[in-house]
Parts: sequence; structure tokens; C-alpha cells
Amino acid sequence: MPPALQPPLRDPDALRRTGWALGALLVLWPLLLIAEFNPADLFDARNLAVMGGFLGQFLPPNLSGDFLALVLKATIETLAMATAGIALAMLLAVPLGLALTHSLSVSRIGPGPDQGLGEFLRVLARFALLILRGVPELVWALLLVRAFGLGPAAGVLAIALTYGGMLGKVYSEILESGDTRPARVLLESGGGRLMAFFYGLLPGAGQELASYTIYRWECAVRASVIMGFVGAGGLGQLMDQSMKMLNGGEVSTILIVFLLLVLLADAISVFLRRLLA
Amino acid sequence: MGFELDRVGLVHANGQAQGQRALRAVSIVAARGERLAIIGPSGAGKTTLLRILATSIRPTEGRVSVLGAHPWQLGAGELRRLRSRIGFIHQAPPIPPRQRAITAVIAGRLGQWPWWKSALSLLYPADIAGPRDQLARLDLADRLFDRCDRLSGGQLQRVGVARVLYQRPDLLLADEPVSAMDPALADLAVSQLHSEAQSRGVTLVASLHAVDIALRWFPRVIGLKAGEIVFDLPPAQVSDSVLRDLYASETALPSQDSEPFHPHVEHAQEAAGAARASVAPPRVI
Repeated sequence: MPPALQPPLRDPDALRRTGWALGALLVLWPLLLIAEFNPADLFDARNLAVMGGFLGQFLPPNLSGDFLALVLKATIETLAMATAGIALAMLLAVPLGLALTHSLSVSRIGPGPDQGLGEFLRVLARFALLILRGVPELVWALLLVRAFGLGPAAGVLAIALTYGGMLGKVYSEILESGDTRPARVLLESGGGRLMAFFYGLLPGAGQELASYTIYRWECAVRASVIMGFVGAGGLGQLMDQSMKMLNGGEVSTILIVFLLLVLLADAISVFLRRLLA
Repeated sequence: MGFELDRVGLVHANGQAQGQRALRAVSIVAARGERLAIIGPSGAGKTTLLRILATSIRPTEGRVSVLGAHPWQLGAGELRRLRSRIGFIHQAPPIPPRQRAITAVIAGRLGQWPWWKSALSLLYPADIAGPRDQLARLDLADRLFDRCDRLSGGQLQRVGVARVLYQRPDLLLADEPVSAMDPALADLAVSQLHSEAQSRGVTLVASLHAVDIALRWFPRVIGLKAGEIVFDLPPAQVSDSVLRDLYASETALPSQDSEPFHPHVEHAQEAAGAARASVAPPRVI
């Protein structure tokens, strides 16, 4: 090889990488200042005493039979709300996410006919997902409570809308980040978009899709609690009442139930990943 | 009804290779049932040429006609039907590791089956005998229900060949179809491609690094170098000197501080003589 064609003995990307790292630090520092983040406050003796007093109210947890029955009913309501919400969210997210996925685009091969139309539909899908997840679920809930009245129905739809937006976006990103060649090859031999997904992408991405969906279900359980505060029922509403009555023992029982639910979600996720491995 | 390439050229429009020329003025006419081998050094444009025939890339110059149609003038539906009649065997089999061999083979018919039949086949295969017969042709019937991540590189490559045989295409393109197989299996696989081509009148085009396979099996051998056709001959006329010219490296000019050997000649002999030298099995990502 002539000397001119030999690559230099120095990493040509080093300068660029250092630049990006320094730039990120320069941006982060003022952001911390704006957010008034001062870790020392956390360990100030007076603040510690106040926090300790607050936490002290939560002990012992209220484990009386009557209250546990209430908690059980509210837990089931919360689980139903989160599960129904995620199921509806998937109905939104799967078609939009698949529409967004470049590696499932037939018109990009070549590029072939209708490429403009395909790109236009992808932009529409991206925009729809943006609006869905751009509005916080609490705002959706406040809006929908006016249509459906107080109760879980508003919460379910609010979760479906916001989480549909999140799931759709992340589904398409998961699908793009794996090996997309199998799907592309199926499209190149005349297969349809949906079957290219099932035969080409799902075997590789199934685990990732399932565990992300379960994680979002876990988030939906927490979100449904917050929406309970605005009257959407479930554990949130119960917690709201306990807080208003300054009943720390009841609040801590509900918090323990949350921890158990997160643990449950984790177990389901591990189980599903093992099943799909 | 084979294909026709008329002064086809390709300059990459985007990506890392932007502005680079992959093919220049390539003209080939092949009749139905003809069998062609394409040989040439790495980077000569063999894969690009096959992908143009497969209608997966659109050339920037010249005209393409495949199976009697001009692919880039077709509507979306017609193009899809045309593509379902073209089979492409990839060097690295494009098969998800978590898929079973039978599902990977069935995927060859996705372009022909209605969507509900393909969807139901995920639950229970709509055809078991067909995929098994195709795997049996390649001596792999016993792995029908095994997952592809349990297979070796050569076995996986045979699953990829079986998928395309199951597709029953009218134009069969193969990009280094036997690179991960041992000589005996490579011969078996190539012989199956030939019997498929002869029995059904399929046009077969294969790019090969193993020059001996190309000369032994194919009635027509095309040499491709730096994106251009160097020769288009029956195998009997592909002499050692023709092969040396084909594989001689252009960049390896004899250097000023004269080394004791001639790297370009050695390279050519290696390629022409021992081209069969085993190639590492492709990694499945």
C-alpha cells in the first residue's frame, strides 16, 4: 500500500469525543444550578429531624382487617385500571409503532414506488405518537373525568393515550436497534410488512418488547395511583383520603402494597424473558 | 424471460460509500434456464450486481429487465409480486437465531401465501412436508424442528438455501451460497441449485469465491473486477492467465524499495488455485 493510503497512527475521533464530553459538562452545570439542587440540604440536621418526624407518622402500618379489605378492593381496582389501560395502549402502539419502523418499509427498498406516501404516513404516525405522549396522563385524566365522571374509566383511557404514545415510540426504536436484515430480506422477496415483522423481527425483539411492556405496566400502576388523587378510584383515591385524614399508618400500608406490586411486575418480567429466551 | 441488464451502473447515493462507483456499464442478457457464475475479487461488485437483479437496489444508470418486467416502472403491488418470484440466497443467512428451522424455511413463501396462512403458520406450520423435503435435499431433514441458534454456520447456510428452494422462484440468485460449507456439502448444495434450475427452467446466477466450483458446475462464467465485466466465457475458455488477470491486485504496485516477492502475483495464484480455501463461517448477529 502506498504511504499516502495508510491511516494515521492516531485515533482521528479522539478530539471530537473529548469535545462532546466537555460540551455535555458545560450544559449540565448550569442546569443543576437552575434546579436549585444542593445535596448538602439533605443532610442538614434540622431538615433530617423534620423528615424523620414525617416518616415517624407512618409507623406502625395499619393492618386491621377492615382496612385491609378496603386496600384489597382498591388494589384490584388499580390493577384492573393499569392492565386495561396498557392493553388499550398496545392497541394504539402496535400499529403506530410498526408504521414508524423504517426497516419494515417496503417503499424504501430501491427506493420503490410510493416512497413519498410512505414517508408522509410515517411523519403522521410520529406526530400522533408525539401528541399522545406529550400530554401528561394527569391532564388526560382531568379532561376525561369531565366526560366519564369520577371513577376508573377516565384513568384507564388516560393511561391508554399517554402510554400508547410511549409504547409506540419505544417499540419502533427496539425494532430498529436489533438485527433488521431478516425483515428486510423478507420484504425483498415479496413478503408483507406485518409478516416481515412476525417472521423477521419478533423472534429477535420479542424479549425486549415484552419486558418494556411489563415495565410500562408497572409505571401504569404508579400512574393510576396519581390519577386516583383526581378521583379516578383505586389505591390512589384511598391514599388521598388517608393523607387528608393525616392517617400515616394507612398510608404506609398502601406504600407496602405498592412495593409488592412492583415486585410482582419484576417477577412477571423475569418469567416472560425466560419464557421467550 | 431470464433477465437483461443494459449498461447498468451504480454510484452510491448516500451512506459511507457516498459517491463511490460500484458498477460501470454492466450488460448481461440471460435466457430462461441459463446458469451463470460470477467470480471476481472482493469488492468487485458481485453482491451489488445480484442485488440489482433482485430488485433490492435501483441502479443509477442503465436499464434492468427481470423476468420480462421493468421492475422500477411497476406499481407497488406488481413489484411485490415480481419480488416473490425472485429468490435470493444470502452469504450470511438472514434468519433470526431464535427461529426454528421449519419457520425459517416457511418464510420463503410469505410473498405467495395470503397473510392469514402465514400468521397461522406461526401457531402451527401450514406445511411440514414441504420444508422437510427441501431440508432433506441438503441432508438436514433431522434438524427440521431445531432452533437456528443450535445450528452450525454451514447448517444455517443450508437452511437459507432450503428457504429459497421452498420459495420456488423463477429467478434464483445466490451470493456466496456455500462459503461456510465443507467441500462435499458445497458440492451437494450447488448440485441441488442446478437440478432445481434444470428441472423447472429457473435462471440461476451465483457469485462464488470458489473458482473451481464455478468452472466445474456453470456453463457460463462472468469475471467482474472493479465494477466492470472483464470476461463472459464458457468455463473451458477461462484459462489460468485470465484468472490471474482477474485477481491481480491493482493497488499492489511493485514498491520502490523492491521487496523480494511480487505480492500481486502471489495473491492471484492463491485466489485461482486454492480458492476453495476454507472461509470462516459467517457470524450470526
